[in-house]
Amino acid sequence: MGLEAPYVTGYLSEHFADAAFGKLEGYVAKGGYEAAKKALKQMSPTEVVEEVKAAGLQGRGGAGFPTGQKWSFMPPGSDKPKYLVCNADESEPGSFKDRILMERGPHQLLEGILIGAWATGAEKTFIYVRGEYAHSARELQRAIDEAYAKNLLGEKILGTKFRHDVVLMRGAGAYICGEETGLLESLEGKKGQPRKKPPFPAQHGAFGMPTTVNNVETFCHVPHILRRGAAWFKGIGTDKSPGNTIFGVSGHVNRPGLYELPLGTKLDALIFEHAGGVAGGRKVKGVIPGGMSMPILPAGMLDVPMANEFLRERKTMLGTGGVMVMDETTCMVRVGCVISYFFRDESCGQCTQCREGTGWMNKVLNRIERGAGNPDDLDLLLDVAGKMEGATICAFSDAAAWPIQGLLRHFRDDFEAHVKLGHCPFPESFAL
Amino acid sequence: MVIGGETRAAIEREIAKYPKKRGALLPALHLVQAERGFIAPDQAHELAAIFEIRPVEVMEVVSFYNMFYDRPQGRHHVYVCTNLPCSLRGARQLLGALESHLGVKPGETTKDGRVTLGHEECLGACAYAPMMRVDETYHENLDAAKAKQIVDGLK
Repeated sequence: MGLEAPYVTGYLSEHFADAAFGKLEGYVAKGGYEAAKKALKQMSPTEVVEEVKAAGLQGRGGAGFPTGQKWSFMPPGSDKPKYLVCNADESEPGSFKDRILMERGPHQLLEGILIGAWATGAEKTFIYVRGEYAHSARELQRAIDEAYAKNLLGEKILGTKFRHDVVLMRGAGAYICGEETGLLESLEGKKGQPRKKPPFPAQHGAFGMPTTVNNVETFCHVPHILRRGAAWFKGIGTDKSPGNTIFGVSGHVNRPGLYELPLGTKLDALIFEHAGGVAGGRKVKGVIPGGMSMPILPAGMLDVPMANEFLRERKTMLGTGGVMVMDETTCMVRVGCVISYFFRDESCGQCTQCREGTGWMNKVLNRIERGAGNPDDLDLLLDVAGKMEGATICAFSDAAAWPIQGLLRHFRDDFEAHVKLGHCPFPESFAL
Repeated sequence: MVIGGETRAAIEREIAKYPKKRGALLPALHLVQAERGFIAPDQAHELAAIFEIRPVEVMEVVSFYNMFYDRPQGRHHVYVCTNLPCSLRGARQLLGALESHLGVKPGETTKDGRVTLGHEECLGACAYAPMMRVDETYHENLDAAKAKQIVDGLK
């Protein structure tokens, strides 16, 4: 059951193989909570925000928004209570990094939260852990209890006047609660249906109060930035995308697992040097580079640095860094069937384009896979996908459309062959 | 009062953590569901009274989330992840093997009430595929033989 420590480690995960690091004592022994001490005792909240801005940290939950800037949106000196939310609803297919960050380094996360709370003036943080991550939630709650017992949470933290509380809440199985306003609805005890923006969470967030939502990994970088400085952080990764991230590699590779590497690491290096290449000596057919919402790349486009400024040129994005590798036996129509089933199942049903569009795409893709598709179906898929883009309350609908558009952009031949032959021409492909 | 005293006390402790009472509805549903394995109408009515909302507002939350159930379940849930990373590594064959072993289809419960079988979307175990979730425990890097053995061990 134990999640294996990353095969390649860096500043986030270097102690993850050591069980003691998960406990307060072991974390402190490695310099833990020194950054929080520095922030609370020597820095003003504005100075902390400026340091994180200067570091150029971008959110690691998928959208890549600059973290320092997000923090600066919180209204200063508001008389309303302010909240932080830690988005631990990791559900993007292909992503499993937040799970290990919670299970092996829970205090690293809590220290990041504490610094974020100081920077934004938040009195409480809600950590929303996906319901299925029962073990992560237990490990994290144990760490929260330890932090309270040692005065790292609660009143007069580290001997200062600062007070902060952390509440862990478990979700109950809904992908859409990873969308920040869907999460806020869920936190308020409702169906997780995303809210219209504006108002943005910094004005009207959890329980109507100013709120900032950050991903688990995002918080985990913060203590390192304060300890070693913005310049150190900017020296890792690319000019526009600094820092490490934890890539998850899955699918047809010899060594699936987690790899902490700088942003800008080449995708082909990640697959062939780190993850041991494709199993059985077969060739790569396609790779989804950043979780299932992100469009696929064909084998000829793998020499791309894993950072948004480069991936965007190839019409895809880093997303959550979940890399799914598919070998030459793979039927890309089946891949489309699995992807569209997921989005159909997880659509919250609020917007017509998404609720109907995800179902239509799944139906048409299944028809093509069965060999019952007709030549117009390919354009029909693109037409439906186009109408799902930019038309809904949240980005889920876009995220459902993009991967199907990507499959048709790079693997149109697979689709046409199904229609022409009246059956699937990939007998060795994974089963549906 | 159909919700037990200990559960009620735990619900009150959850309510105290949130600025508005209703924030504790999901934690309360997890607690109540632990009593009978699903949320029954009488429990939903009582929760509605505790949270000062209508019963339908409790049930719409129950029906929205995959992990809440509005009808009796087997004593154990066995869910095979069939999302893409797991499917690429044989999840459908694993699910098929469990279907024939247990004699049920996904969504059904064995006649003895022991196991409800299902398939689930990505569980965040993509590198350790195929895998299944048995209640709150993940079992990873499975093959059909190992999975059957685990299922046979459930009481």
